[in-house]
Amino acid sequence: MTDASMDKIARATPAPMARRIRGLSDRTIAWIFVAPSIFLLLAVNIFPLIWTIRLSFTDYRVNRPNREAEWVGLENYQRILSDSGIWSTMQATAHFLIWTIVLQVLIGFALAYLINMKFRGNDLWTTIIVLPMMLSPAVVGNFWTFLYQPQIGLFNYVIAFFTGADPASFSMIGDVNLAPWAIIIADTWMWTPFVMLICLAGLRSIPDSIYEAAECDRASKWRQFWTLTIPMALPFLMLAVLFRGIENFKMFDLVVQLTGGGPGNTTTLTSIDLKREAFERWRTGYSSAYAVILFVTVFGLASIYVKALTKVKER
Amino acid sequence: MSFSVTSPSPAAKWLAGILVIGYAIITILPLVWIIATGFKSPADAIAYPPKLVFEPSLEGYVNLFTTRTRVTENDFAALPPASSWYEQIVRDQGMVIAGPSRYGERYLNSIIIGFGSTALCMVLGTAAAYAFSRFRVPLKDDLLFFILSTRMMPPIAVAIPIFLMFREIGLNDTHLGMILLYTAVNLSLSVWLLKGFIDEIPVEYEEAALIDGYTRFQAFIKVVLPQAATGIASTAIFCLIFAWNEYAFAVLLTSGAAQTAPPFIPTIIGVGGKDWPAVAAGATIFLVPVMVFTILLRKHLLRGITFGAVRK
Repeated sequence: MTDASMDKIARATPAPMARRIRGLSDRTIAWIFVAPSIFLLLAVNIFPLIWTIRLSFTDYRVNRPNREAEWVGLENYQRILSDSGIWSTMQATAHFLIWTIVLQVLIGFALAYLINMKFRGNDLWTTIIVLPMMLSPAVVGNFWTFLYQPQIGLFNYVIAFFTGADPASFSMIGDVNLAPWAIIIADTWMWTPFVMLICLAGLRSIPDSIYEAAECDRASKWRQFWTLTIPMALPFLMLAVLFRGIENFKMFDLVVQLTGGGPGNTTTLTSIDLKREAFERWRTGYSSAYAVILFVTVFGLASIYVKALTKVKER
Repeated sequence: MSFSVTSPSPAAKWLAGILVIGYAIITILPLVWIIATGFKSPADAIAYPPKLVFEPSLEGYVNLFTTRTRVTENDFAALPPASSWYEQIVRDQGMVIAGPSRYGERYLNSIIIGFGSTALCMVLGTAAAYAFSRFRVPLKDDLLFFILSTRMMPPIAVAIPIFLMFREIGLNDTHLGMILLYTAVNLSLSVWLLKGFIDEIPVEYEEAALIDGYTRFQAFIKVVLPQAATGIASTAIFCLIFAWNEYAFAVLLTSGAAQTAPPFIPTIIGVGGKDWPAVAAGATIFLVPVMVFTILLRKHLLRGITFGAVRK
């Protein structure tokens, strides 16, 4: 996407227009307007990517800059793919991904459906529901550790209030069985509104006339919901799943503040594991290979998913 | 009142309202709790059962902005009376103020980097969006997937080479480095959003301006920019919120001079354990502006969130 495409951009600009006007030609304007953005994206997005791929074939370590990095070929990749620790990290990530998506889609769609009934004051309440997703995940995640405190935390108190359990008897972030759920709950609290907004946009895009027609055909509300609402909102739902899927695969800030990956490795998601390898153990070459594997995984899964999404839309 | 067959019955609306409001109340509880905890004394903050009614205290805020130290009993007794209300609050804890804390600096860094990157991103993004919108650009159709793909990489993975690159050219822990980085992260989505807004402006306006003797550049500045102002503003809000909230790059690439508030707030500690009122106070000052912003600008924001996702 360098000179060749810049030329294409410039050449695609209509030439007669350029000749007719004074000042800079359109072709030059197109160049000047697009070049800085493309340069910055190349420097900060594409160049580091290429550098990561290069580093992934070496045993370079950032904390020993004077040592000559050696070319090790595919060794890093082999070690990662045969490391059992990586697979448990992947499992923790998959558990987190699946449950956050399921919960957020169910709750988010339900909320959107209810809000779309347009009861009085719905836009104010929608705004309040949206608040959590606008805030800094790290700062909020840090505060959730306070809400999850066994003795004094608000979360434990509320749960105890409704179930009658002793609030000091369970620790959401200290217990190996509960910690994976602690991060799922916090993430669902934060990001359900995002899914809700996309679903709302989907529901609002369905024209009333379709329901009127269904009403004339005496289709029951239940039938209308399953044969009209769901299929018409499906592309939006799938889009919401795609965005949440990508975001949560990268999840770092909220979880690192909430549990730091613990207890044990129960909430060590791939990003947290990667951070430990790269910035605590300083195995730069190894972690670069790790990053490449993650990127290829997300990119591959997302490509397949986008193809499926396009098919659903065309139907 | 018009009545349509498709509109839900009043009873259904009532039920929907109650359910949504119930969810909304549960969802803002943690936020209310952050604000409330900031005004509690340390003893009230960790009381059991959690205190809903408490005597407000500014101890958290004073502790947030100061560093404190203990002195020997004799020295303490020999001190002159406290000269200000905040000094008095510190004295009541049996300590004296040693100096200001780092919070103010970190907050200022957040402001500089947030607004700096947003401004730069708007300048670059609007120009690129205009070019993409008005001139035939071959890449257009692949833009969405390109945007998606630049956002697929976990920030930690990109941080490794950026860390090396910044160290090489001396941008580690600098405002400029963080501004450039956040601009680049925001740029792809901004161009995409802005292109949508500029597409909506009729080309005829510029053509009229061109015929009147404006150059293309003048037409862009005097005709297109004013019309795109709302769109630019709502895109800017997204960039600002992202830069304001960002944590992963900030924690890895800054440690002192350019550290922003998100990596700093969780490191606030007190004497003998975490000083939760001070943490909550820091979080409140950091989060409340965004909440107010969101409520005031809800029309533009809510549209913008889905706009980028739903457009194609």
